[in-house]
Amino acid sequence: MNLKTFKIGGIHPPENKISAGNPIVAVELPKRVTIPLSQHIGAPAVPVVKKGDRVKVGTLIGRGEAFISANIHSSVSGTVFSVDTITDLAGFQSNVVTIDVEGDEWEESIITRSEVIREVKATPEEIVAAIKEAGIVGMGGACFPTHVKYMIPNGKKADTLIINGVECEPYLTADHRLMLEHAEEIMVGVDIMRRALKSERAVIGIEANKPDAIEKMTKVAATFSGIEVQPLQMKYPQGAEKQLIKAIANREVPSGKLPLDVGCVVDNVGTAMAIYEAVQKHKPLFERVVTVTGKRLEKPSNFLVRTGVSVEYLIEQCGGIPEGTGKIISGGPMMGKAVVRTDIPVVKGTSGVLLLDESESSRKPQSNCIRCGKCVSVCPMGLEPYLIEKLSEKSRWAELEEINAADCIECGSCSYTCPSALPLLDMIRLAKANVMRIRRERAKK
Amino acid sequence: MNKYTVSLSPHEKGTFTTSKIMYGVCIALAPALISALYNFGIRALAVIVVALVSCIGTEFLIQKFLLKCKVTAFDGSAAVTGLLLAFNLPSSIPLWQVVVGSLVAIGVAKMVFGGLGKNPFNPALVGRGFMLMSFPVTMTSWPDPVANGFMAWDAVTAATPLNLIKSGAVDKLPELWQLFFGNVGGSLGETSAIAIILGGIYLIYKKIITWHIPFFFLATIFVFTGILWLVNPDAYVNPLYHILSGGVMLGGFFMLTDMVTSPMCVKGQILFAVGAGIICTCIRIWGAYPEGCMFSILIMNAFVPLIDKYIKPKRFGSEVNYVG
Repeated sequence: MNLKTFKIGGIHPPENKISAGNPIVAVELPKRVTIPLSQHIGAPAVPVVKKGDRVKVGTLIGRGEAFISANIHSSVSGTVFSVDTITDLAGFQSNVVTIDVEGDEWEESIITRSEVIREVKATPEEIVAAIKEAGIVGMGGACFPTHVKYMIPNGKKADTLIINGVECEPYLTADHRLMLEHAEEIMVGVDIMRRALKSERAVIGIEANKPDAIEKMTKVAATFSGIEVQPLQMKYPQGAEKQLIKAIANREVPSGKLPLDVGCVVDNVGTAMAIYEAVQKHKPLFERVVTVTGKRLEKPSNFLVRTGVSVEYLIEQCGGIPEGTGKIISGGPMMGKAVVRTDIPVVKGTSGVLLLDESESSRKPQSNCIRCGKCVSVCPMGLEPYLIEKLSEKSRWAELEEINAADCIECGSCSYTCPSALPLLDMIRLAKANVMRIRRERAKK
Repeated sequence: MNKYTVSLSPHEKGTFTTSKIMYGVCIALAPALISALYNFGIRALAVIVVALVSCIGTEFLIQKFLLKCKVTAFDGSAAVTGLLLAFNLPSSIPLWQVVVGSLVAIGVAKMVFGGLGKNPFNPALVGRGFMLMSFPVTMTSWPDPVANGFMAWDAVTAATPLNLIKSGAVDKLPELWQLFFGNVGGSLGETSAIAIILGGIYLIYKKIITWHIPFFFLATIFVFTGILWLVNPDAYVNPLYHILSGGVMLGGFFMLTDMVTSPMCVKGQILFAVGAGIICTCIRIWGAYPEGCMFSILIMNAFVPLIDKYIKPKRFGSEVNYVG
């Protein structure tokens, strides 16, 4: 097998894919869901329902009116309990719609038959309109509204569509299961995306630790034209957009540029699935696959979850929070966010919920930098984390801009590797924020 | 109320630690230690023990009583300095001089600059350099491993291969295989090439060092002396002799690769190693000393901040390979 990968940096954290063998299970509906109106990058959706309104599964409850925004749909049928403002995890005020669940009645427009509809009738314009209507965002975690990405500016061309089936984050298995169980739907989704972008070819990148998914996807891809599967060497962070483009197309996205500048568009397999459902079945994005996992969890699982279901409810389905849990993470261990509370809802970008033991939860004591150079050798962007950390501590932002601090993709390889347990990425984030601020101020002048 | 830890990503941590690196280096030095005992006997053991105890002791005393800070004397880094210092000494050296050398190595070359990770020069080599200048006689008398028994305390001395080359007595040079097994005069840990290469392979296998520095250092010396040898085989010795004799094996695998005092990125490390190789050869061929390894490493140590400032890793995105 010809395994490709990106050239510089990268690490090999333990995989811990505990839930890889567990099929996707649809979670029973809870009594109430809380659906945030901001589940994406950009302006929050504007609520179009009010307290007491009856909604069905798939009813529009928030409209994305700004240029960069996305529609939000109800994931359940029932009565709107409240349209309220809460303080979210990041400490910002945000709007949520709380719905009391009654039955499971879907909007009539949604095709609920399970058979795969392979024939694509929609034109590129109709496809982008359907993506926008369905409120699809990038499901790899960044949550950028997909329809915006698919409006290719004049003069640009995406000759290669790259589909991310890498799932290089340890523990997470949601994309793996999705590829195993819904390969054909994903493939139709990819076909639709390729048509919308008018790309010559689409390449699905899958890491070699998922041989079953590679086999299945390759088999299905053979029945489509212009779609190929590319097995990849295992290396974190291969699922990062720029690294994946380098691995598959051997193109480097220059500093501050977008994938489209090198003729590529990258989307996750989850997004492909959502696009298939939106275009072929008129189904908005209101559910996704979420891995709930942890070494001590009774039943690590892959769930098909409606948005708005609380993380707490999901953990209960897996046997509850085990004794000695020290940290709960939304996402994977490398780039996920540690949460304060468990009553937070699953959103479009929730790929997993990870419970870590107390022993794995706190950081190791720091010691002096021994200049081992590991951080430099693992950085997939070719940066010097040790230097950024030192300069950041001294607030020397101008020099930080010169040494490309803002190019950091925050993969965490440096902090993972550092034998002295230095808070490299924390200080790099500080540097990034300040370099960005300086750039904005300069642009204003 | 908040019973869960909240911190920024990443939440996973690799298993590499400073202590693991330092004790890894100690393990890698084990073959050279065995060869030192085999070739130089009980006297070598005494030097090693005294150097270890005084290096760790100096760091402990300074941290505990002078700086009153957290004691990290047992993290393995002082042990590495002690071992390397001992390996760079003749086994006949008076033990009190070993103590003085250790005091300089840890006290002056390391702790004065702020301890682990802050020293610009390799501490063991600063210690050795100080001893070479302070005790020139005892530092240049080399016990003969063949003439002395294992238990010999007062040793019969012999010239090192590099002394012989320097004085032009090329006909008395030992066979190459003797250099491999260390059966020649020299510092107690540097004479056996095979033992050091074994340790070096372990370091590379354990990912404590990469192959770049030792390879480019030895290759530079080999090529440089090889050219001279090809030009005039009567005046210069076989390049294999140069890379197998003296301190270049030990220096290339264990001291030039010292993380603290070598450049951060691979390109810089290659420049650093090539520079050291050139300086080492120049001193050996045209300098006053028969061996230039120590000076070449210390001189290149001084260039590390400059190298790190100007030699940058290749940034992602700098390669323009798409024309849309």
